[in-house]
Amino acid sequence: MESPLFAIRSALIFSVFALIISSTSALSASSPQELQIVNAERRIDLTSHIVRVFLTLKVENTGTSPASEILLAFPPTQVEHLALAKAAVAVGKRKKKSYTPLTVKSSELPDAPNGAKFFSVSLLNQLNAGETVTLEILYMLTHLLEPFPEEISQSESQLVYFRDSAIILSPYHIKEQTTFIKTPSTKVESYTVVEPTNRASTDLKYGQYNDRAPYSYSPIIIHFENNHPFAVVEELLREVEISHWGSIQITEHYKLVHAGARHKGVFSRVEYQSRPSISGVSSFKHLLARLPPRVHSVYYRDGIGNISTSHLRIDSKKSELEIEPRYPLFGGWKSTFVIGYGLPLQDFVFEAPDGSRYLNFSFGCPILETVVDKLTIKVVLPEGSKDPNAVVPFAVDQHMETKYSYLDVVGRPVVVLEKNNVVPDHNTPFQVYYKFHPVFMLAEPLMLITAFFLLFGTCVAYLHIDLSIQKS
Amino acid sequence: MVPLGRIIGGTLYPGLMLTAAFIYWSLRFLRFAVHIREVCVLTAPFFASNTTIVAYFFGKELWDSSAGLLAAAFIAICPGYISRSVAGSYDNEGVAIFALLLTFYLFVKAVNTGSLAWALASAFGYFYMVSAWGGYVFIINLIPLYVLVLLITGRYSMRLYVAYNSMYVLGMLLAMQIQFVGFQHVQSGEHMAAMGVFFVLQVFYFLDWVKYLLGDAKLFQAFLKITLTCTIVVGGLAFGVGMASGYISPWTGRFYSLLDPTYAKDHIPIIASVSEHQPTAWSSFMFDFHILLFLFPAGLYFCFKRLSDATIFIVMYGLTSMYFASVMVRLILVATPAVCLISAIAVSATIRNLTSLVRTKSKVVNTSSSKGAVSTKASSKASSDLSPPFGRNAAIALLLGAFYLLSKYVIHCTWVTSEAYSSPSIVLAARGAYGGRVIFDDYREAYYWLRQNTPPDAKVMSWWDYGYQITAMGNRTVIVDNNTWNNTHIATVGRAMSSYEDEAYEIMRSLDVDYVLVVFGGVTGYSSDDINKFLWMVRIGGGVFPVIKEPDYLVNGEYRVDKGAAPKMLNCLMYKLSYYRFGELTTEYGRPPGYDRARGVEIGNKDVKLEYLEEAYTTSNWIVRIYKVKPPSNRW
Repeated sequence: MESPLFAIRSALIFSVFALIISSTSALSASSPQELQIVNAERRIDLTSHIVRVFLTLKVENTGTSPASEILLAFPPTQVEHLALAKAAVAVGKRKKKSYTPLTVKSSELPDAPNGAKFFSVSLLNQLNAGETVTLEILYMLTHLLEPFPEEISQSESQLVYFRDSAIILSPYHIKEQTTFIKTPSTKVESYTVVEPTNRASTDLKYGQYNDRAPYSYSPIIIHFENNHPFAVVEELLREVEISHWGSIQITEHYKLVHAGARHKGVFSRVEYQSRPSISGVSSFKHLLARLPPRVHSVYYRDGIGNISTSHLRIDSKKSELEIEPRYPLFGGWKSTFVIGYGLPLQDFVFEAPDGSRYLNFSFGCPILETVVDKLTIKVVLPEGSKDPNAVVPFAVDQHMETKYSYLDVVGRPVVVLEKNNVVPDHNTPFQVYYKFHPVFMLAEPLMLITAFFLLFGTCVAYLHIDLSIQKS
Repeated sequence: MVPLGRIIGGTLYPGLMLTAAFIYWSLRFLRFAVHIREVCVLTAPFFASNTTIVAYFFGKELWDSSAGLLAAAFIAICPGYISRSVAGSYDNEGVAIFALLLTFYLFVKAVNTGSLAWALASAFGYFYMVSAWGGYVFIINLIPLYVLVLLITGRYSMRLYVAYNSMYVLGMLLAMQIQFVGFQHVQSGEHMAAMGVFFVLQVFYFLDWVKYLLGDAKLFQAFLKITLTCTIVVGGLAFGVGMASGYISPWTGRFYSLLDPTYAKDHIPIIASVSEHQPTAWSSFMFDFHILLFLFPAGLYFCFKRLSDATIFIVMYGLTSMYFASVMVRLILVATPAVCLISAIAVSATIRNLTSLVRTKSKVVNTSSSKGAVSTKASSKASSDLSPPFGRNAAIALLLGAFYLLSKYVIHCTWVTSEAYSSPSIVLAARGAYGGRVIFDDYREAYYWLRQNTPPDAKVMSWWDYGYQITAMGNRTVIVDNNTWNNTHIATVGRAMSSYEDEAYEIMRSLDVDYVLVVFGGVTGYSSDDINKFLWMVRIGGGVFPVIKEPDYLVNGEYRVDKGAAPKMLNCLMYKLSYYRFGELTTEYGRPPGYDRARGVEIGNKDVKLEYLEEAYTTSNWIVRIYKVKPPSNRW
């Protein structure tokens, strides 16, 4: 009853917003460089709870001076959900085509209309006047799909809103553009029509639109069914402890939540057991974690002990750990747990040419298709390590800590890396360089040996000394 | 404030926690990065291993070092003790049995040597015991009893005087430092025996002294008469005044129920409802002691044959604790060390006799010179019973028999430990249809669900058995728990469970309940569920609220859940919550839907409707069902 009304109202609000934008953009000066986009194609993938947008831009320099960077514009509502933006440029023709990644960094424009935020893509070679270049851009947005209705019962399926613009927001003039949106199922409740708009099974096509001015905006809302598990890890703490005796121990503390439409009313076990296809379709029962090969001593537990429902499959390429929380997760339900495992040292710690050592380990969350709101990685280096230094391919917060573990005297240096809004594409390797002398390996065994030697020594001495006052 | 428990700080035996904390801090100090949980899990096994060491020394003190060794070996694997000392059993008893045995050992040592140092050590052992477990009352009654027996049998000695007085005075002063015990130690009825014996001992000593001074038998007789009458009159008067003025508190119900096994059944149904307070069945004696049960009388025989101050003590300890063990299942634990020690004496003495017999035959000539006084006497007796040619063979056969029995004991203990005491009671295991192991982890599933998915201030109503678990694992407030002293409160929950839904709703509103948790075994065949405990809810509820009448729930004196059940039973809250929507479920092939596997019947009310509650969660095997109490409906 309420949804179409709501949709219309929000569409109105958005069109007002768009009007403001276009009016301001008309007033504002032209873009810094005389660039224009000849052709833009956008593909938005809405099949999971992570929104993936693939953008292909063909940029032409129409000005006189060469350009070295290209700006991407995002509305402020999307920027806070932006997890990752990658750009690549195609090199070579047809068969020999290869992609070279480009650096993308946040940038500011003094006269940005309506708080639009910018990212600049630095080109490999300057774009001279009259030349064109084709850019492939991928960006991911999390927590953008808004469940509506916000609360559903066990038998209902989950519907979500997706809001964006039919026209690509850009500081440049776009000559031709098309947007394709892919929904997970054919069940689409409603969508905004911006002519020409076509819908065929799971695909929605907006466009082609021609000759749109910079900062054009045409809001759309799509209300569709998405029963993909909305698995969100609110907090993930990964602790990587290196022991030069031959093993790396990893402990991961998860705070998992189902971030979809909240579950309301009863949970009926009968329904859930007997009608799995229609009951609790948006809930999820298990998750798959992809662990490195040669993993050993895997455990899965929580605050009240071992959780007996998990399966581990190991082969030479990868290990898969299927974990089942204690209960199925419905919308809004939470679960916390710990996964721990050991890995052989020689697979992950190497010696650098300059004699220092480095750990090469993957950054993100091993559970597939999850969003991590706050990821903390703690790399615990062996006692006696010096000059730790982390190399991460993207911006993270870093600081140092000290940890005391078994028989530590001065403590172990800990490199702490923190990052918010992490998606599976962040699973790229990072390195921690440090200096370590192998003699420190012997410190703790020697301490133990000395302690026991002293203990037995005193015992022997005590038994051989007569401490009595009387002489018998 | 719910649950209505005792005030933890003031009514707690702090020994266990202090011990664990002490171990934790010392390990931390030595840079062992252990978690406090790991310390707690391993406290009981650590103390059990200390107990075996004490058992060795005790056995050595009582008999000889081989008896000590055997006692240590027996107690190390005895199921009666393992039941309370497995890893993870973080219970008062875990450290208390060690403290108990240590106190006894040090006291016997003090009596044997007359040394002040041992007596003081014993007092400190007693202090540790008082700090750890309420069972210290056993020590403070057994030791005076023992002293009294020694007095009566004419075994009074200066050693005993020193040992008892110093142990009692210092032990008392130390025990009063424990906040929960405090002045009870000199005021309550349970502790009066010790004080009485203390005074008797003083009078005895005084008389001895007077007798020595007078040196005249007749004069002494007269003096004795006067003193005794005076003492008894003064003592009786003091006791009478103390009792009348309430200065000395009378015995508690728990104490009565120990002395008279039928007391609890008639007066305190809540104590009687606990399964570990039931009188012990023969089978559980057999289960926990195995051959020790037969060796125990034999050991008593050997003790009587070689009476000494020490053996008198172990005989008394053995007999009294055996009596208590037969009154209450859980007290088997207290009897275990005594049984192990006495059996060790039996085995040690028997084997020594037999081996000496085997040896004497080979060296007939020099028997008397090579053997100790005891074994010579025993072996000569044994050899006189048996004719020489068979004697040796018979001895070898008996030795083999003894080894056979002992190895059987080891096998039994291993089996019991692995079968009965190794799996946590919160995770149920069963054999599946194809012989594989099926694990029912429903309890933790439910508790974790409560912990994660209910408001942090939610209050959960359940039968009190699950109170601690919900508090600890679910981290939610409960209405009644294992510690609730207020019987009315438990009865209120019992009443709610056994009322109709609308009446129960009123009670639950008044208790401010948000969730109701019931345990139900109908799907899995788990028999200790709430329907089977229901009779206690009715009984305890009915004990306080006469509205609940047990006959309403009975048909021919039986609790039934099938079609023939009483109408009140079919519509009470517990029945509804257990069987809600159960009628739609087929539990066993070839049975109608709604077949209860725990009781083996088809349920009588398959169309259960709930008006004031709604199903919030049911675990995967239906063992725990949680319902949400609906807020009151709007009144327009």
